[in-house]
Amino acid sequence: MFAKQLTVFIENRSGRLSEVLNVLKENNVNILSLSLADTTEFGLLRLIVDNAALGKEKLSENGFSSLLSDVSIIKIPHKVGSLQELLKAIDNNGVNIEYMYGLSIESDEAYVVLKASDIKKADSILDSCGIHTISCEELAKI
Amino acid sequence: MIWNETKECMSRDQMTALQSARLVKLVDYMYHNVEFYRKKMQAVGLMPGDIKSIEDITMLPFTTKDDLRDNYPFGLFAVPNSEIVRIHASSGTTGKATVVGYTRKDLDIWAECVARCMTMAGVTKNDIIQVAYGYGLFTGGLGAHDGAQKIGATVVPMSTGNSKKLTTMMVDFGATAIACTPSYLLHISEVLTEEGLLDKIKLKSAICGAEPWTEKMHREIEAKLNVKAFDIYGLSEIMGPGVACDCEFHKGLHVCEDHFYPEVLNSATLTPVADGQTGELAFTTLTKEGIPLIRYRTKDLTSLDRTPCECGRTSARISRFKGRVDDMLIIRGVNVFPSQIEAALVEVEEVTPHYMMIVDRVNNLDTLEVQVEIDQKYYTDEIRVIEALTKKIAHVIQQALGISAKVKIVEPQSLVRSQGKAVHVIDNRKLY
Repeated sequence: MFAKQLTVFIENRSGRLSEVLNVLKENNVNILSLSLADTTEFGLLRLIVDNAALGKEKLSENGFSSLLSDVSIIKIPHKVGSLQELLKAIDNNGVNIEYMYGLSIESDEAYVVLKASDIKKADSILDSCGIHTISCEELAKI
Repeated sequence: MIWNETKECMSRDQMTALQSARLVKLVDYMYHNVEFYRKKMQAVGLMPGDIKSIEDITMLPFTTKDDLRDNYPFGLFAVPNSEIVRIHASSGTTGKATVVGYTRKDLDIWAECVARCMTMAGVTKNDIIQVAYGYGLFTGGLGAHDGAQKIGATVVPMSTGNSKKLTTMMVDFGATAIACTPSYLLHISEVLTEEGLLDKIKLKSAICGAEPWTEKMHREIEAKLNVKAFDIYGLSEIMGPGVACDCEFHKGLHVCEDHFYPEVLNSATLTPVADGQTGELAFTTLTKEGIPLIRYRTKDLTSLDRTPCECGRTSARISRFKGRVDDMLIIRGVNVFPSQIEAALVEVEEVTPHYMMIVDRVNNLDTLEVQVEIDQKYYTDEIRVIEALTKKIAHVIQQALGISAKVKIVEPQSLVRSQGKAVHVIDNRKLY
């Protein structure tokens, strides 16, 4: 199962990040998690929101171009070593993790967003490990 | 000192007579040896015999950079390749270079012209001169080299790219003259300052060219390095450096008029303007064999002064340049046309055809930033994809222009779209 991530390219200029977030706020798009990958010239703002399609549409109307891409959102036990165990399984199958970030932490479980070099293969590996991946529908309910 | 007093101090009448005789011979030569010119003359009903003196030059059609491009590479050569001993090339307006060829006699005349210019700048056989123009297809390096060698000076062919070696040798060899671009010389002065070598140099003359420079830069170079700086002008289509140079009175650049006939044209009507009026400079190569050109439009804006100079020379002088008719930029001494960037970007399908060039001068070195947008189909959520793309574009631009550029990917839709004539260049250098 894949969830949709919304990626926005923003130049490193003051105020740009805030402008993007403002568009989402104005349109009642709720941000569940984000990661900002930055270089000296630009940043890629990766967002997990409750309604990615709406977010993309509204950003576009306001002059921001964004991309919807598939990522895996997994729920793993919130205990030492559980993420490492999982990554070992992915590594052993020759799949790379392109990037990864945390979504939220509940008392005994944590959500992690990850993008693999081969997302389909990663998905089946996750399945075989008995890991639950979150769908877009589930996300909307979080 | 004057290198060739006979030619540089001729009376106006003698010069006009010489130019007339040479033009008549040139037109006949070109009519019979260059098909392109023959057709051009036939199209306006001109025969070689119709040109009887230099005043008749206005009857002749112009030549432009596009004519060189359309006849790439050797179409305008007037001699077979067996007579050509050297090729040089400069930037064309699009992908193709502007190619020129020289016969042995052309190279001799070129060296003679550069020798005149360097003598104007005070260089003699007793000098040690570092030539720090690029050696290669660019005419700067080899052109300055041959001229200095003709004078009998000790030539050190530095070329460009290693400032540290240049300053070390400048001190160790006791170099007394240098030929390079003015911005590079300012950079060298900074390197010398940083290394604490400023008081150890013996430099007295600087022959600077290949790019426009301001009066302020001229003063700055003279003050920082305690040298006399001279402005040398040229373009590969006509010859290379040595077409004109300024003397110690700095009242305009003396044109080697017996070889290159200058005209200044009204930009709208393309008819010659009166001396002192500003217009587009055009040259006719009176003695060239390899690729002679008639009324070649340089696109440089200047004015002419045919009165004798205090230095004793009578040759016509062109004023410091006042700008360009077209959008050509000179970056680090290299001619760059925005259209070259446009042509280069078409090859990169990941970006839109929109671009912006930002030219600046940082620590006396020209910088070029090219801003591009990623095409919607190639949006990505991965940094490394964008970084790889940036490298790819930088490489494509380097290949096309011959100079490196910093590529910056900007937000989609943020570059100005063409509305009539789009502005593609922001030049923060203020050179004119």
